[in-house]
Amino acid sequence: MQRIGVFVCHCGSNIAATVDVKKVVELVRYEQGVVYADDYMYMCSEAGQQKVMEAIKEHNLTGLVICSCSPRMHEATFRACAAKAGLNPFMVEIANIREHCSWIHKDMEEATKKAVILARAAIAKVNLNTPLQEGESPVVKRALVIGGGIAGIQTALDIANAGYPVDIVEKEPSIGGRMSQLDKTFPTLDCSSCILTPKMVEVAQHPNIKIYSYSEVEKVGGFVGNFEVDIRKKARSVNEDKCTGCGVCQTKCPLGKTGKIPSEFNRGLGTRSAIYTPFAQAVPNVPVIDRENCTYFKTGKCGVCAKLCPSGCIDYEQQDQIVTEKYGAIVVATGFDIINLDKYDEYAYNTCPDVITSLELERLMNAAGPTGGHLLRMSDGKAPKDIVFIQCVGSRCADDRGKPYCSKVCCMYTAKHAMLIKDHWPEMNVTVFYIDVRTPGKNFDEFYRRAVEQYHVNYIKGQVGKVMPQADGSLIVQGSDLLDGKQIKMKADMVVLAAAVEPNKDARKIASMLTASIDNNDFLTEAHAKLRPVESPTAGIFLSGMSQGPKDIPETVSQAGAAAVKVIGLLAKDKLKTNPCTAKCDMFQCNGCSTCANVCPYGAISYEDTLVRGPGVNETRRIAKVNTALCQGCGACTSACPSGAMDLQGFSNLQIISEVDAICR
Amino acid sequence: MQELKNRLIQLISDGTVARVIGWKKGDMPYNPEPACFSTVEELEDFVYDGFCGANLSKMMIEVANLEGKTAVCLKPCDTYSFNQLIREHRVNRENAYIIGVGCRGKLDIEKARKAGIKGIEAIEGVGIEGEGDVTFKTIYGDKAMAYSELLLDRCHVCKGKDHMVYDEVIGESKDTADSDRFDDVKKIEAMSSAEKFAYFQNELSKCIRCNACRNVCPACSCRKCVFDNTKFDSQQRANVDSFEEKMFHIIRAFHVAGRCTDCGECSRVCPQGIPLHLFNRKFIKDIDDFYGEFQAGKDPEAQSPLTDFTFEDLEPKQAVGRGEN
Repeated sequence: MQRIGVFVCHCGSNIAATVDVKKVVELVRYEQGVVYADDYMYMCSEAGQQKVMEAIKEHNLTGLVICSCSPRMHEATFRACAAKAGLNPFMVEIANIREHCSWIHKDMEEATKKAVILARAAIAKVNLNTPLQEGESPVVKRALVIGGGIAGIQTALDIANAGYPVDIVEKEPSIGGRMSQLDKTFPTLDCSSCILTPKMVEVAQHPNIKIYSYSEVEKVGGFVGNFEVDIRKKARSVNEDKCTGCGVCQTKCPLGKTGKIPSEFNRGLGTRSAIYTPFAQAVPNVPVIDRENCTYFKTGKCGVCAKLCPSGCIDYEQQDQIVTEKYGAIVVATGFDIINLDKYDEYAYNTCPDVITSLELERLMNAAGPTGGHLLRMSDGKAPKDIVFIQCVGSRCADDRGKPYCSKVCCMYTAKHAMLIKDHWPEMNVTVFYIDVRTPGKNFDEFYRRAVEQYHVNYIKGQVGKVMPQADGSLIVQGSDLLDGKQIKMKADMVVLAAAVEPNKDARKIASMLTASIDNNDFLTEAHAKLRPVESPTAGIFLSGMSQGPKDIPETVSQAGAAAVKVIGLLAKDKLKTNPCTAKCDMFQCNGCSTCANVCPYGAISYEDTLVRGPGVNETRRIAKVNTALCQGCGACTSACPSGAMDLQGFSNLQIISEVDAICR
Repeated sequence: MQELKNRLIQLISDGTVARVIGWKKGDMPYNPEPACFSTVEELEDFVYDGFCGANLSKMMIEVANLEGKTAVCLKPCDTYSFNQLIREHRVNRENAYIIGVGCRGKLDIEKARKAGIKGIEAIEGVGIEGEGDVTFKTIYGDKAMAYSELLLDRCHVCKGKDHMVYDEVIGESKDTADSDRFDDVKKIEAMSSAEKFAYFQNELSKCIRCNACRNVCPACSCRKCVFDNTKFDSQQRANVDSFEEKMFHIIRAFHVAGRCTDCGECSRVCPQGIPLHLFNRKFIKDIDDFYGEFQAGKDPEAQSPLTDFTFEDLEPKQAVGRGEN
């Protein structure tokens, strides 16, 4: 028989304003097993914890129910408090009467009733709780960063500088990410590659960093401190160790001159050869052969690159390679792309080459871009006179064509584009259609105001309804001016769309592999929106950059550093406490059917021929066995087991049923 | 049938197998029962005809660890269940000698009763080799019915005439499918929530908790059923009230989901005539819709979609809202 103490927290007025805490105390006092019940203003405060510890000693309590906020907030607090008073920490249960009750209800009577029900469920569970002991597992002191953009680069550098080895997996042939495609950066207008390239070089030369470029994460096993990851190194067809990066292969590739293969790096505005590095400052500076387009791979003829390569590093036979490596922590820095604009026919993006996205404009304005930095129309190669920018294309979108969120960077980069254009070509007319101009951030509003006040960029509050290509090659932009209450028709030579950002297409797949949670927009979810913004709820998984939500470069770099600190904090430990809430098999009920092993994401279940002896049985059976070092207590096996032989310690079927029964009583 | 019987006698006589699992004559001509034969003499009572609908694969669990091989007579559809049991490590393939027996559809005596046939003394034309009508010799004279009219409902959605696993095949089989397997499910899907509830309320209220469905089901092969387990406070709950009674059938359907081969035994043995297979078939239809067509027991090596994960699997949000009307 348990001796349970129930402690009801007011949480100031957070709970007490909606729940009659005194009444809760009175109503749960006579529940089975309860020997003590009390309330307090702030249970989590030092005085509150003192009260709990005193009650444990005075009333010889064997179990605690704390009616307070979410266990995610203070379960650890009260477990530690119980342990201090000599109670097993797993004899503590939290009834969440704040997030699940007081915060979401208005009616005091109803909320009080619900609080009592939630408390009863927790009491019913504690009646069945048993003391559990935490185990220990070692920490592999190596980190994996998925994605080699500025977020991944910064995280890797910070971890490596703390003395821990880091691997970066980048699916493109070079690290650098989106930032390497940008021309200038706001709000200082310094050249993107000028600030990024030194970091890329630092990564390449860092003794603690290893880059797996042109590689993808294929499989993730294990758990915090002990991940085992399969990395697929895609066949580059070039020997990385021998290649000197001289570039002869790229200049001589016959397909380079045909202009048939669009360059991904230049967003399809320029072309590349079949053997290529995406851009001049690529790290590693080793080309790859695009096997889909290469003449040798298509017809078996050509082989020019192999003939001309001075170091003999072309290897047409190279195969994909799987590298398996162990890591203590994994950082997701998979970045973003911009949305596909197929659903926005009204802007004529797919039909008119002079309607471009902002990212394409970055390439057009870059000295290393397809036009050598001259702003020219893609249709006729002429310089435009009138440029119209359209904001929020797919951002803050109410329907399912776009995204509900604000992409955050567009207002600022559009102000940047407008100013750069006015600076180079003062005679050009620049117009920006916007819903709102959002410029929170250090020196951001000043930056935007410079565009309006000094450069006289024509900002029009209103949305564009239609972009109509004309027979003479120009465009008519039809929009509304909300401040003047007028419909506008305006001639333009070029239209630039601020397309919404979206997480990298692989984010969902990677999140699934990591069992990390992800939201409806495919951004990875943080463990706590405010207090744990760089950690995934999945232990050992950290978030860096746009994969977590829209953000600009300074924010990305700060977050990358924060993620690195969390990783360093983890890797600095020699051992981690393991969760004692692991699965356990009852050999008398086990059918040996392997269902549990099939669903176990951690490979923690094996089968052994075991002698089963008990009332009426004495035979060898095929029985499931749980490796508690691998088991993470997810409970998949317990719900899949047809006979109910598998049970989760701390969350047994009986405990859960008794909670449900208490709620339904 | 004689060929089959002779072969079984031979297998026992020459020591190839230690026992045979088949059917023996019942007290009526239409109710042969599953039986285990260990001697040639016992095999005298062996019978195999159109009324031998019972799926014998589940009986192989009990003999899995016995000394010597066991021969078992499996119809094409029964072999799916056997394969599923192989996958779940419940039967011992090495210890089994599977005789794939021919089948031209199995018969439902209720169909004859519904046609007003009573006082049956003998039945002709139900042999496995036969063609043509079935003749009932009754105390009121001879009555004839077409073989196809007497088929069990499940045989109208026959899975095919091929045995999925066997050591030898004796007799010809016939694919008796003449309607769509999911027609009945679709009819129920088209109902409103209230109509569905009323329909199942009515059907399940007939349940007398005899456990025949559970005991016959090859997927319900747990050493100890959760409904009998003292560990969960769930034993005898199904007897408590009509709500728990319904939960019994729904929970049972969940427990066999992804493993049920749709052998139809649950509905065949239900003394109250509850169409229990509809639950299972709804799950099968959903699994097919969600994860691509899957037939449990077709291949003992194949991963079941419900216990396997691929990146192409649909997300919960894609499934939410289906079937609402």
